[in-house]
Amino acid sequence: MKKTAASIRIALRALKVNRLRSALTMLGIIIGVAAVIAMVGVGAGATARIQEQIQSIGSNLIILLPGSVSTNGVRLGSGAVATLTEDDAKAIEAECPSVALAAPTVRGGVQVVYGNNNWATNVQGVTPEYITIRDYTMLSGEFFTAQDVDAAAKTAVLGETVAQNLFGDSDPTGQVVIIKNVPFTVAGVLTPKGQSPTGQDQDDVILLPISTAMQKVLGANKANAKAVGAIMVQAISPQAMDQAIQEMEALLRERHKILPGQDDDFTIRNLTEVFEAQETSAQVMSILLGAIASVSLIVGGIGIMNIMLVSVTERTREIGLRQAVGAKTGDILLQFLVEAVTLALLGGIIGIFVGMTASLLISRFAQWTTQLSPLSILLAFLFSALVGVFFGYYPARKAAFLDPIEALRYE
Amino acid sequence: MAPVIEIEDLVKDYRLGEVPVHVLKGISFDIEGGDFVAIMGPSGSGKSTLMNILGCLDKPTSGVYRLDGVSVAHLSRDQLAEIRNRKVGFVFQQFNLLARTSAAENVELPLLYTDIPAHERHERARKALLAVGLGGWEDHQPSQLSGGQQQRVAIARSLVNSPRIILADEPTGALDSRTSLEIMAIFQRLNREEGITMIVVTHDPDIASYSNRNIHFKDGRLKRDVRLAQPRDAHRDLADLPADRQEEESPA
Repeated sequence: MKKTAASIRIALRALKVNRLRSALTMLGIIIGVAAVIAMVGVGAGATARIQEQIQSIGSNLIILLPGSVSTNGVRLGSGAVATLTEDDAKAIEAECPSVALAAPTVRGGVQVVYGNNNWATNVQGVTPEYITIRDYTMLSGEFFTAQDVDAAAKTAVLGETVAQNLFGDSDPTGQVVIIKNVPFTVAGVLTPKGQSPTGQDQDDVILLPISTAMQKVLGANKANAKAVGAIMVQAISPQAMDQAIQEMEALLRERHKILPGQDDDFTIRNLTEVFEAQETSAQVMSILLGAIASVSLIVGGIGIMNIMLVSVTERTREIGLRQAVGAKTGDILLQFLVEAVTLALLGGIIGIFVGMTASLLISRFAQWTTQLSPLSILLAFLFSALVGVFFGYYPARKAAFLDPIEALRYE
Repeated sequence: MAPVIEIEDLVKDYRLGEVPVHVLKGISFDIEGGDFVAIMGPSGSGKSTLMNILGCLDKPTSGVYRLDGVSVAHLSRDQLAEIRNRKVGFVFQQFNLLARTSAAENVELPLLYTDIPAHERHERARKALLAVGLGGWEDHQPSQLSGGQQQRVAIARSLVNSPRIILADEPTGALDSRTSLEIMAIFQRLNREEGITMIVVTHDPDIASYSNRNIHFKDGRLKRDVRLAQPRDAHRDLADLPADRQEEESPA
């Protein structure tokens, strides 16, 4: 142990004597480690952002849309015919064991008016289950109840964007807005969710009881008064998503009397799956960034090896002298290995700080989310130590196995 | 006194390409503990090779070399290093001090490869410098010292691990005659007072005349082995020298 301490002291002194050279050698490692930290930070930030967006659309969410039907050989597009009904939603919730909640929705574009202000937005007619499924919370006021839906109450819940555009900073709760000449009392405002994974503003919306929306605002479907635009379904768990889809498909085919071999008249979309693909690609991206950055760390390691080889050659006489006065192979090996590892570790520590600063600057100026994980910092540190050992070993070995006579005679 | 160095029929060959070069061609002699021996001979006579073998830096091709009763022929690299560390002190013509390293730290160098604790290392380095008349110069770096002083630091370094023998390869080769005398005076004192066996390689008969025994080499063979009845006393000769130059003896 004492000898190790002595080797470390000898090594540190040698580095101090050649300050500029040591600093330049470290620069390679500094850049390498900083690049790894910053790039992994950017990658992790992107992944986290996507995860956040997936969370924002609601957990375990499946969307049922009316599908295409063919009439006399003419196939119509998805949603062309209102094939889904409120009763379908009720049946799904009641009969599919893998489904926790099913909320029928209708939607349409409207112009909403408050005093002198007006704003074009989306109206969604929903039931109270909807906010559970979509993970909405209330910023102020209360969401309407199932009684409001039954009574087709003229009550509305505003998204943050709508509230801002109509009311500015004042609280709209209790105020009256006009939609299609019908006055609605504002029951509350939703907590903002920001962009959806597809880039839509999820806060530019007005939620109404589905009954009110169909009767007073959007107008019910002439052919089927109970037809809805979509059904939002929440599975009981992420693992139950596929099971829920199968159950719903079977149930709806039965309810819609679709014969075997005929196409479904509805479409099932597993949104989570779609966005998870995005998440995977972001992860691949961050691995790629990390890998590219690692290359520069390896280049830094080669720099260390280069300088250590020069140093061994330069100090051949010193090595010979040390051998003459009793330094063993291991002592010399340790001395030079410690020098290389010290360069790498010092470079690593500085690199971590540079990398953290860089990642802060990236998020400040490029407006990218970056995320620093203690794990990536620890890994970068250990990796730089490993680089020191790996690239320091060859020069150190060369020094340790010099012939003392040759070394002492070296000019 | 028992011989500290025993050599029997020592042979050293080098291979230079295809041709083997016989550097030492069967040498036998003993050196008693506490003796002061000068090894002389022209360059190419094999005396440096002999010194390397005596100092355990090199191993003989054949023959026997026993240092302090231990045969070194079958020792490993690290075992040889340990013998060098414990039993041998080296003094070189070019001093071989570490640059930008204080005198005390230079002297301490051999002790770094032992388990001796730091405070004892410092103490022993201080004492060794005192023994060569450099008390107070501990913090000076080689570049701040004269040639004679540098060689004395090197002698202190060879002393610090209390060796059985000190091997000096042309120790006065880079010094003027007065400084050379000073070095020889130190060697004689260490030999007489500490009982350290001194082996000095030199081609200068003047330097050799301060030893007790002169061994002459030529062409890899021992040519002449002379015991001096009346070795000169370097200390007295130094006192007789005209005081043309007074070397500064207190630290700046």
